Amino acid sequence: MSNWIPLWLHKLGSPPTFYRFAGTLQPWATTLALLLGAIALYGGLVLAPADYQQGDAYRIIYIHVPSAEMSMFIYAVMGVASFIALVWRIKLAEVVAMESAPIGAAFTFITLVTGSLWGKPMWGTWWTWDARLTSELVLLFLFLGVIGLYHAFEDRRQGARAAAFLAIIGIINVPIVHFSVNWWNTLHQGSTVNVLGQSKMSWDMLWPLLTMMLATKFYYAASLFRRVRTDLLALEGGKDWVRKIAEDEADR
Amino acid sequence: MPMNPTRKRRLTIVLSILAAAAVAAVLVVLALQNNMNYLLTPSQVQSGEAASYNTFRLGGMVKAGSIQRSSDSLKVTFTVVDAGGAMPVEYTGILPDLFRDNQSVIATGHMDGARFVATEVLAKHDETYMPKELKDAMAKAHEGKQVEEAGSGESGMGSRKP
Repeated sequence: MSNWIPLWLHKLGSPPTFYRFAGTLQPWATTLALLLGAIALYGGLVLAPADYQQGDAYRIIYIHVPSAEMSMFIYAVMGVASFIALVWRIKLAEVVAMESAPIGAAFTFITLVTGSLWGKPMWGTWWTWDARLTSELVLLFLFLGVIGLYHAFEDRRQGARAAAFLAIIGIINVPIVHFSVNWWNTLHQGSTVNVLGQSKMSWDMLWPLLTMMLATKFYYAASLFRRVRTDLLALEGGKDWVRKIAEDEADR
Repeated sequence: MPMNPTRKRRLTIVLSILAAAAVAAVLVVLALQNNMNYLLTPSQVQSGEAASYNTFRLGGMVKAGSIQRSSDSLKVTFTVVDAGGAMPVEYTGILPDLFRDNQSVIATGHMDGARFVATEVLAKHDETYMPKELKDAMAKAHEGKQVEEAGSGESGMGSRKP
């Protein structure tokens, strides 16, 4: 029977178990993020050849595209966690959703800034209101809205539930960001990296980009684990398992 | 995990809110469909779709050999083409680095008779990246089909209509 899967998930969902689990994985995730990030930067900035059309200016893609992908990925994680938090009232899901929001907002901000820096020399403008740029800006506002709403309540769990609703409603924007370049005429070009089918980049330029996309995933995991652990300690302050950790720390 | 009634109720509420938000988003997008398009192509303009606009964006490819620069000012004239139309454009100012023959461009401006007078010209590039040597090798292999080759990346401009 597949009963052990819910059981295992159930256990992982309990704050003390997740606290230990995240504590074990977090250093690995940090190491992998730094290592892969360094390889990707070296590959992208040094090893990869210049582009036939944009010369060296295209190299900002190694920051821009992974950040953009992360902004949508983190929003999706936040949406799913919010959904679980609202329906099943699992405390860990609330914490994961709320602690994802600032990381996602940071990636979205980086996406917009690097895109702007790239747009000026190539397109000839810092900003334009086409569907891709506008929907990505809306994504930033959604992240900021979730953060703001969460902190607007006296009771943290009540705030998390209100913010989770906003997160779920806003998930509609994620496919709009992604498909905007196909649905409408935009200044922004289409997707270079395609999960299904051929990517439109030669391999010696593509592998550092894929490596960076992996590195940012590990960075997100590391950052999320660290934030969730801190939050769990604060939320469960009076519980025995937290007291035990505090005592162990005091003994050292 | 069996669902207890409370969870089932919450699930229904959350799913119906999500469904309502999705329907609202689709309706808004459909209602805005005409205004969501960032640009009009020369053939769209020639079929009268730009008639209701004072200012609009014209998008297409710079026709090879059509760029003419004035010798005593920053004035440039060129022709923007798409699959089924061509439009002469006049612009005074600094052009982006990528502006050249067969490049996709987006010009903001208004019609002046049959001419389009632009106040801003932006270059649109495609999503293809490759080293110069590879591009040259491909161009060599495609020799004789040069027109097709140059337009291959930009073909999305006209066809990317909903």
